[in-house]
Amino acid sequence: MNIGLFLAAAVIAGTPLLFATLGGILNEKVGHLNLGVEGMMLMGAIIGFMLGFKTDNAFIALAGAMAAGALGALIYAVLTISFHANQVVTGLALTIFGTGFSSFLGQSMVGQIVSNKLKASFAPVRVPLLADIPVIGEAVFNQSSFVYLGYVSAIILFIYFAYTQWGLNARMVGENPAAADAAGIAVNLYKYTHIVIGGAFCGLGGAFLPLVYVPAWQDGITAGRGWIAVALIIFIGWNPMKAILGGVLFGGLDILGLRLQGAGVHINQYFVDMVPYIVTILVLVIGGFHKGSKASPPKALGNAYFREER
Amino acid sequence: MGIKVIKTPECSKRKKVWIQMGAILAALVITSLFIMAIGHNPFKVYFSMLEGALGTPYRLKETLVKVIPLLITALGIAVAFKMKFWNIGAEGQILMGAFGASYMALNFDYLPKVVVLTMMIIAGMICGGLWGLIPGYLKAQFNTNETIITLMMNYIALKWIIYLQYGPWKDPSSLGFPKVANFKDSATLPNVFGVHIGWILALILVIIIYIFLNHTKKGYEITVLGESENTARYAGIHVKNVILIAIFISGALAGLSGMIEASAVSNTLNMEVAGGMGYSAIIVAWLSGLSAPIIAIVAVLFAVLIQGGAYIQTAFQIPQSAADIIQAMILFCVLGSQFFIQYKIVFYKYTLHSEKGGHTI
Repeated sequence: MNIGLFLAAAVIAGTPLLFATLGGILNEKVGHLNLGVEGMMLMGAIIGFMLGFKTDNAFIALAGAMAAGALGALIYAVLTISFHANQVVTGLALTIFGTGFSSFLGQSMVGQIVSNKLKASFAPVRVPLLADIPVIGEAVFNQSSFVYLGYVSAIILFIYFAYTQWGLNARMVGENPAAADAAGIAVNLYKYTHIVIGGAFCGLGGAFLPLVYVPAWQDGITAGRGWIAVALIIFIGWNPMKAILGGVLFGGLDILGLRLQGAGVHINQYFVDMVPYIVTILVLVIGGFHKGSKASPPKALGNAYFREER
Repeated sequence: MGIKVIKTPECSKRKKVWIQMGAILAALVITSLFIMAIGHNPFKVYFSMLEGALGTPYRLKETLVKVIPLLITALGIAVAFKMKFWNIGAEGQILMGAFGASYMALNFDYLPKVVVLTMMIIAGMICGGLWGLIPGYLKAQFNTNETIITLMMNYIALKWIIYLQYGPWKDPSSLGFPKVANFKDSATLPNVFGVHIGWILALILVIIIYIFLNHTKKGYEITVLGESENTARYAGIHVKNVILIAIFISGALAGLSGMIEASAVSNTLNMEVAGGMGYSAIIVAWLSGLSAPIIAIVAVLFAVLIQGGAYIQTAFQIPQSAADIIQAMILFCVLGSQFFIQYKIVFYKYTLHSEKGGHTI
């Protein structure tokens, strides 16, 4: 098995996970556990694919995917922020909605393939110099521009949360909304914007699958990747930079079993498939021992905040 | 003028019913618009959904078969949710229950039927319960987030079942087709009035869980713990024990559903044995306000929706996925409406003497 080729495949398999993880981080940083990631990915996937299929324009496809994911997130945001609905149940309902939405619209699209023109828009672009780094260069820096968008988004989000005033305010909302409110931060505004933008990221992650990864439409194309992203968020400790590595790692696990079989090593794919979930559980349990470490979840994660109930 | 949201301490029963009716009406209006948008008459579609779910004795039976696992699983979820233990792992607990029951069914089917079925029920409940106990133990011991862990364990269980189905448990006589052998008659639940006996179990469980949650000491401890962990601790409740007992019951009921599905419906073990039931049951339990008798009613309504949704696919060529969309829209409306049960919106005029609390409605 060629390590470079495997790594390149892992980067591609990890890209939808990377986007969905970034979307999930945006939700969780403001204290909302959104189990609708899978649904928002599917909404982005079908709208991105349909627009790409009809217009052959990569920009329109991606903008549509973001809008679709954001729309799903907006439903969630209205219900959980303004209507104080339970986050877990609303997230599950959003996943049901997104699954139905994508199968419904995609019914006439099953088996349709992305046009060559659109494929060319997402073709690998070699980054000079960086791509010459041995082993990892080709895998990381000779990829579709869509993949680079993932790296850039992760870096921007990292800087945003670590160094900007808005990012710090958002984190305060997720850690202690009452204190944030008292400090004059518009808690609900922060929640709305972050959740909706997070949905747009999930939409992009979904759209990567039918536009670049497959590239064609299949029903239920995300195949549970939204749930892996929920796991990945914990694995990387809510750090957007680490999401790049985490995406490659979990993406690699996704394809490892088949690749190993190709190389004559017989390891059961189903056991390999379990690894991300088992690792996430272990991370959570071990994380439980180190209270207050940097990688601990936002303190108000999953708790609703209503000003009137202080 | 200003708008203010206030928490209402206790909502009258009558108002509650009105609000919920309003939510369902709103959902019907939104879904009607959706159905019209895809070019159908909403009244005809609703009518044919009812007809498809309840129209003939056969369809009614099919709907009841859907109610049984949904109801039993939702009862289990209610026990955990009452404690504010967000068990979203029912899907995995159903699968592991089906696994335990199938182990008995495949290895001991030469024993008398009563013995085999009893062994299957016990094994199913223990496997489902233990699968729930793992996140329960982690929560009690390390205070880990149970939402994520129960979710992760669903996928571990699913991969395990797929592994069995495609690997060691594959039926050698199925000519390479990846399926587990069908159960013998001794491992199949009998029918009572045309529907498998699971419906009697479900009804008994509604009563047991109702009594357990409302009229027993352990049930009361679960409720107190759900309200406030500190209160529970001050009251001398053994918090860890209560968590473990409640989550075991929760998982065991899901496991029982898995046993019933494997034995009476699919008649074998396969990866579709849960088929999203664990997630639907969460919604049923939540919409019912975690009350056992209401769960029974909502489970029936939900099954009608699922069955009717499948029927309109053949009657109107509306894809099955449209039923998912309708289901989600109803959920959104009902989830939104619960706000109006707990809060009221007050319009008030700003007055000069606000320090006197001079708010006028």
